Amino acid sequence: MRKVWDLIGGVHPPENKHQSVQDSIGTLPLPEKLVIPLNQHIGAPPKLLVSAGDIVLKGQPLAEPKGMVSVGVHAPTSGQISEISDYPIPHPSGMSARCITLIPDGKDQWIEHKGVDNFRDKTPEELLDIIRSSGITGLGGAGFPSAVKLSARQPISTLIINATECEPYITADDMLMQERPEAIVEGIKILSYLLGEPDEILIGIEDNKPKAYEALEPYLEGTNIELVEFTTRYPSGGEKQLIQILTGKEVPNGGLPADIGIVCQNVGTTHAIQRAIVHGEPLISRVTTVTGKACATNRNYQTLIGTPISHLLEQNGFNQSQCSRLVMGGPMMGFTLENSEIPVIKTTNCILAPTEDELPTPPPAQPCIRCGMCAEACPASLLPQQLFWYAQSQNYERLEAHSLFDCIECGACSYICPSNIPLVQYYRASKGEIRKLAAEKVNADRARQRFEFQKARKEKEEAEKTAKREARKKAAEQARAKAAENATASTEDSPVATSATAKSSAADDIIKAAMARAEAKKASPEEQRAKLERGVVRAESHLETVEQRLQALGSEATDKQREQAQAAIEDARLRLEDAKSKLQAAPESKPDKAKEVMAKVQASPKEALEKKIATLKDRINVTEEKIAEAEDDALKVALQKGLEKQQEKLRDAEQQLKDAPTESTTASTKTEDAAATAIAKAQAKAAAQASMSDEEKLRASITSLQARLKKAQERLVAAEEEGSEHIDALRTGAEKLQAKLTSAETELSELS
Amino acid sequence: MALLKLTSPHAHTAQSTADVMKLVLLATIPGLVALTVFFGWGTIINVLITSAVALICEASVMRLRKRPVMFYLKDNSALVTAVLLGLALPPLAPWWIPVVGTFFAIVIAKHLYGGLGYNPFNPAMVGYVVLLISFPVQMTAWPAPAPLYPAEIDVPGFWQSLQIVLPFFNEAITGTVNGSIDAYTAATPLDTFKHNTGLLVEQLYKKDPLFSQGSWAGIGWEWANFAFLAGGCFLLYRRVFTWHAPVAMLVSLTLCAALFYDGGSSSSHGSPLLHLLSGGTMLGAFFIVTDPVTSATSNRGRLIYGALVGILIFIIRSWGSYPDAVAFAVLLMNFAAPLIDNYTLPRTYGHKKSRKATEKKDEGP
Repeated sequence: MRKVWDLIGGVHPPENKHQSVQDSIGTLPLPEKLVIPLNQHIGAPPKLLVSAGDIVLKGQPLAEPKGMVSVGVHAPTSGQISEISDYPIPHPSGMSARCITLIPDGKDQWIEHKGVDNFRDKTPEELLDIIRSSGITGLGGAGFPSAVKLSARQPISTLIINATECEPYITADDMLMQERPEAIVEGIKILSYLLGEPDEILIGIEDNKPKAYEALEPYLEGTNIELVEFTTRYPSGGEKQLIQILTGKEVPNGGLPADIGIVCQNVGTTHAIQRAIVHGEPLISRVTTVTGKACATNRNYQTLIGTPISHLLEQNGFNQSQCSRLVMGGPMMGFTLENSEIPVIKTTNCILAPTEDELPTPPPAQPCIRCGMCAEACPASLLPQQLFWYAQSQNYERLEAHSLFDCIECGACSYICPSNIPLVQYYRASKGEIRKLAAEKVNADRARQRFEFQKARKEKEEAEKTAKREARKKAAEQARAKAAENATASTEDSPVATSATAKSSAADDIIKAAMARAEAKKASPEEQRAKLERGVVRAESHLETVEQRLQALGSEATDKQREQAQAAIEDARLRLEDAKSKLQAAPESKPDKAKEVMAKVQASPKEALEKKIATLKDRINVTEEKIAEAEDDALKVALQKGLEKQQEKLRDAEQQLKDAPTESTTASTKTEDAAATAIAKAQAKAAAQASMSDEEKLRASITSLQARLKKAQERLVAAEEEGSEHIDALRTGAEKLQAKLTSAETELSELS
Repeated sequence: MALLKLTSPHAHTAQSTADVMKLVLLATIPGLVALTVFFGWGTIINVLITSAVALICEASVMRLRKRPVMFYLKDNSALVTAVLLGLALPPLAPWWIPVVGTFFAIVIAKHLYGGLGYNPFNPAMVGYVVLLISFPVQMTAWPAPAPLYPAEIDVPGFWQSLQIVLPFFNEAITGTVNGSIDAYTAATPLDTFKHNTGLLVEQLYKKDPLFSQGSWAGIGWEWANFAFLAGGCFLLYRRVFTWHAPVAMLVSLTLCAALFYDGGSSSSHGSPLLHLLSGGTMLGAFFIVTDPVTSATSNRGRLIYGALVGILIFIIRSWGSYPDAVAFAVLLMNFAAPLIDNYTLPRTYGHKKSRKATEKKDEGP
């Protein structure tokens, strides 16, 4: 006889199992509809494969696993998908989730399926694939995908088959073992093969199932599978508890059984795996116990997944008036259902419909006298009375120090509590609260980090900007000083230079440098001038609009309004004048020494003209770009006007160039040609733009936006690769561009 | 269909707090019987008075606190406190002794701290200590065990005992002040040892009829203690409490007594048997130290708690100025219980070591 360890703590509630083991596992007539929740397991929801109206065959996949920790669901019978919608699912919260509603056609017609003749011919990976695609999850409790559990990375030395079924009332596993021992043993052999033939294979069974024990025993002869019986005590069927009873080992805190070389599987799951491998049948039904005094018949049924509980109850002479609560699962860990339309799922091992006498409504809780019966009953060796004390005072630190999260919520403490305190409820609430606080803390930390990073980045940018600005200022000052120096130098030099018949190359260099600098400087007054011109245009248009407004007011306007309008007109007029005088003053106020120098130095006016043409072309280009980018109509108009002026100037310059005496024909014609083509291009472009409809303009701007977005994205990718600190900035930039683009596109779609 | 929405577990044991309290009350019966056999009706009268006062006090406080009176009276906790105090008080003490003691126990020690489950000190022991300090004369006047009564004095019957306890009542009926407790009092075994000068333990046992007529620790007293031990064993069997605290207390008391037995010299503090079977040792071990509200919570904590109570009992008995020490020792350890709790958490499943209640959560980097 093998040594078994004692369960730590535990209670022994009335078993109430005899009621439902009188009869064999029955089958029920097909219900009117089946409601199959998509996600019946722990992990990612599967991917839907069907849509409403589809005709499906029994066993046909309705959804396929998506991701590693996921399994699919299959049609429990043949029929038509009537609806895919949210429906109440079995969950303690009574929530709804996505469900497939199947109307059976009554034919119960299987899809073509075929099992594996000899599972040893297949690799474990192939078999795991079958298990995964057959939708098999743990049928004992949580519904964890079995394939994941069976593909342990650690070497497994012990396989434990959980045949404990320690919860009162439930007999689904008991009956399964009594009726199908051979299939279960074959399933165990498959599991053993999958796990690389572990040294030990143990079936843990409580001593209140002698019939199941006897049924299994003959099939174990000649195998290395050992049937281990131990005293009935709740919760010996908890995975951690069973491991401790059978091996004396404890699953380390925060670890998995696989960490100590153990894999635990429920008998029901083992049977389902055997069906899937040997017969090729996916998991579409399970054994469910229907029990409780509010049902006339207490029995186990091979129940199709998705069967509404009301159907099960109706078939068992359910007396609604006597039923106080409807429990899915056992009386220790099961949860109450809000209504009986909720379907059976893969983990539904029991439907308990007790009368009020059977499971009376709990009386009001009395004060905790710290009697410590709960601590004696706790299978995790916690101090439930202390946990309760700290849960009441919301002392989360103490709760964690008292290992609240090692509580398996088996309910032994609440069961035994003489003061009727719903201890587990307090622990659940506290766990939830602690988890919530932890999540909030993580979020807050992240937000703080982000904020600090952003602050640091902004400071850095600011510092960089200031540095740049200062550098520029310095450079500008230096340049100005030098230019002034050079200018005086060159004016002094130039008479010498002109008096000299041959220009010395040194002097030439100096002049060129001076010219370049002067050119650079010239740009700024030119720009200023352009700005002033734009100012004038703006002021003119403003004046116009104000005047129009006054006219629009007409006779209806009150004196006050009229006064206001007139004041506005006056204001606008003043501004216009101001702008005009500024514009006029601009060239005079800035007598450019460099220009004079240039004029003196430059022997040929033609070159000057060419240069002028070039600058004009540049400016035209800039203006065009600005027009393209401008969002404001008024600004666009202003820019357009500016562009026309520029073009006029360009034409003048061109004329002048033509009139100018040619020194070097070839060169001039060349430049002339180039200038002419450029001008033609610019004119064409301007004309095109002028004639553009709104739609075309939008299209143009979309194209430009797309190009810019593409560039921004490229830069972002590059930044990501380098791990640059500007990622955030680049990302927001790209997002903004994207937003602009989408808005432009929607605008376009509205237009067309 | 109106279905209940409840969280698991749905099943519940039939045992209630009231049942637990009832078991405790039941377990005091052997002790009550033994005390009555050897010391007369006084103890029963004490228990009746304390019970009545306790129920009145409990009901009044519950009314003042605007709580459902019957719901709380039904938990029997006030009765347990009252009975334990009644058993600890000297029989035939004047009526106001149990009344004052019970008032203190229920109103001050229990309800001012929040009521059942929230009192840091054992209410019965608070009541007892208040009385002992305030009224040392009445509290140290124990009647002699019945077999040691002089031939000319009869053991007072129930009616006579009542007259002694309630002198005003007696006066109103008979017009005379009949019977004073003084006629019946005698030294207890612990008193005898405390005041022993010059006699070897062996000589004392031979000379003093208290010991010579008894077997181990003084006639009457030893049987009262055996009776409480029996009651305690019943509670242990019924799993009302765990063995840890009482056994630790008895073991540590025995060890201390053995250590200081001094070979039975004239300065001996008494044998281990004397300490185990006299005074309130067994009542303390199985009915006071096991009080769950005021003792340590974990089994390991209870071992420490019980052992320290045992040591304190011996120290106060031997070198203190009071004859018995259970109440003081228990109250002192009530102070220490929360501290003990902090460092005696059990090792949780899957953990290598047991943790401390004061442990802070690891702050991640």
